[in-house]
Amino acid sequence: MSLLEVKNLQVRVEEREILHGLTLTVNAGEVHAIMGPNGSGKSTLSHVIAGKPGYEVTGGEILFKGEDLLAMPPDERAAKGVFLAFQYPVEIPGVATMTFLRTALNAQRKARGEGEYSTPDFLKKVREVASSLNIPQDMLRRGVNVGFSGGEKKRNEVLQMALFQPSLCILDEMDSGLDIDALRVAADGVNALRTPERAMVVITHYQRLLDYIVPDIVHVMSKGRVVKSGGKELALELEASGYAQFEDAA
Amino acid sequence: MPAVQETVDRVRRVDVDQYRYGFETLIESDKAPKGLSEDTVRFISAKKSEPAWMLEWRLEAYRRWLTMTEPAWARVEYPKIDYQDLYYYAAPKPKKQVSSLDEIDPEILKTYEKLGIPLREVAMLEGVEPRPGEADTARRKIAVDAVFDSVSVATTFKEELMKAGVIFMPISEAIREHPDLVKQYLGSVVPTSDNFFATLNSAVFSDGSFVYVPPGVRCPMELSTYFRINERNTGQFERTLIIADKGAYVSYLEGCTAPQRDENQLHAAVVELVALDDAEIKYSTVQNWYPGNSEGVGGIYNFVTKRGDCRGDNAKISWTQVETGSAITWKYPSCILRGDNSRGEFYSIAISNGYQQVDSGTKMIHLGRNTTSRIISKGIAAGKSQNTYRGLVTAHRKATGARNFTACDSLLIGDQCGAHTVPYVEAKNSSALFEHEATTSKISEDVLFYCIQRGLSQEEAVGLVVNGFVKDVLQQLPMEFAVEAQKLISISLEGSVG
Repeated sequence: MSLLEVKNLQVRVEEREILHGLTLTVNAGEVHAIMGPNGSGKSTLSHVIAGKPGYEVTGGEILFKGEDLLAMPPDERAAKGVFLAFQYPVEIPGVATMTFLRTALNAQRKARGEGEYSTPDFLKKVREVASSLNIPQDMLRRGVNVGFSGGEKKRNEVLQMALFQPSLCILDEMDSGLDIDALRVAADGVNALRTPERAMVVITHYQRLLDYIVPDIVHVMSKGRVVKSGGKELALELEASGYAQFEDAA
Repeated sequence: MPAVQETVDRVRRVDVDQYRYGFETLIESDKAPKGLSEDTVRFISAKKSEPAWMLEWRLEAYRRWLTMTEPAWARVEYPKIDYQDLYYYAAPKPKKQVSSLDEIDPEILKTYEKLGIPLREVAMLEGVEPRPGEADTARRKIAVDAVFDSVSVATTFKEELMKAGVIFMPISEAIREHPDLVKQYLGSVVPTSDNFFATLNSAVFSDGSFVYVPPGVRCPMELSTYFRINERNTGQFERTLIIADKGAYVSYLEGCTAPQRDENQLHAAVVELVALDDAEIKYSTVQNWYPGNSEGVGGIYNFVTKRGDCRGDNAKISWTQVETGSAITWKYPSCILRGDNSRGEFYSIAISNGYQQVDSGTKMIHLGRNTTSRIISKGIAAGKSQNTYRGLVTAHRKATGARNFTACDSLLIGDQCGAHTVPYVEAKNSSALFEHEATTSKISEDVLFYCIQRGLSQEEAVGLVVNGFVKDVLQQLPMEFAVEAQKLISISLEGSVG
């Protein structure tokens, strides 16, 4: 059984069809890159998998560990192991990052019927993970993403990934707003989370990110469909020749 | 369904089942005849075995009240109140004369247990006893005065407070036992002629708390009063008077609940605070009167006058309120900054949901030199509610160097509610410096989705975001109550009591 199976997915936003029958299979342990020009439907795919409101699925299905993902509310999907690293993580004023992390982790554990973490256990765990990502303790006391730099915001996403240990990580345009150094730090964090049980879907516009997070499989999206799949060399080919060649294929 | 829409729908479904304090206690009670007349006033005064001067004070207020009209300037709407259709006094009928907690009607004790308010001092100590070696032992204790309908039923830790010289007792007792103090201060901040509801209160108030902290004394524990309206068709008119003498400090908290009823109940309280030179009073309210059901039927009319007088130099008065209940809230806890260098603070969280109407704010009246004030108001409107901040900041001609900072933030949940900000600012001297900031925002779908994607339910996400929004104010509450208030905020908005 594949970890994630997207079959012939059709999605509309306000009467306009964005995805026209998209199919994608991701197995545990694999890292997939999804590339494509603006407006090809990359972000829509990530939002629909995570369950963001505002999208209407008009056809197809998504199975996660064999279960009907579309039938689950988004918080249940999170508890089952679907994690979306946001392109633009939001700010939540007045809510300390530490509080947010604990509330979220315990909510997921509760949903899975696991016990909540005690405060000392949680603090120990979070400090461990934070120091491995070079996240200062001070950042954990600040409001969620409030006043964070672009790099800090993305590291905070990776921190959550490391803490929640999801089985599927979707990274939506992780490189946007990052300079090379910040990108390298975030990518290192992501690479440390690659395991045989976990899959990742890396959505990106540029090949650059894939120098740091090297994918097993690359998909090219155009006009709401996957138009070509291949190995990591496909990304380099795209870098050289651009997306235009796929416009007709779609 | 879009996240916000779902929240709105859930919020809309809030009904009586979710008001967890909505039970009624079945006890016999002793009531005044229905309606309001000089006889009612005499009846109440006689019930309390009051001295003649007190009766005269009440009657004067009553006569004044007859000439007054109900204020109509607030942004609230309600059917005309028939003041002759109310009971102005109801007391739990004592089985015999009560001299200790053990003799209080067990039904009443049970009520307070259900509310989570421990009246037994032993229980209180066990609950919050600090770890060995922790220095601040006495400060962890909380003395409680419990007012049931019109009567104070129990006051705890009275003796221990007495040792420190602090007087904490029902005001009805204080009128008999400390007439000089009461005579000197009662009505000195909110005069009997002040406004329609305060004047009504002056005529018919039945009980409330009285606190006097002598010069230089730091009250050794938090003081608190819990008000409970139980009887049907009864108004509750409590009167609280707190005096901090020179250099004294006291922190006081009041909590309020009522059973769910399909008729409206009137609550018209008056609170007066007096802080002399270098004294400080911190007054916190967690108001959770019954707000009415999902159709807007029933609920408490909370028409309250609260005012503090910084009568001495360097005095400080701080109001903190968490307002989640009542069908209508009409309340402006204010500070008169009379003494030089005195300071007033107002921290407010006002949440309205369903058909609730809130018109609340503060008045900072700068009279002395170099007086400062700070206003932080957080209004949250959901459902079909209307939430208004109304505030006055004024500097007298002689109030040179007056400073005020005001920040009013409003958060809207859904698209059928309203938030309004009505600030009045008057500076009568050129050295006054007043700052006013205001924001209004809608709860963001993106923020909610971010939280939900991390595993929080819709309710948890709203609760978290709102608690973040009000954090600056929550921090002002005594620690023991901050957690409680945080839960209450989530509950008022969730529409699903866990």
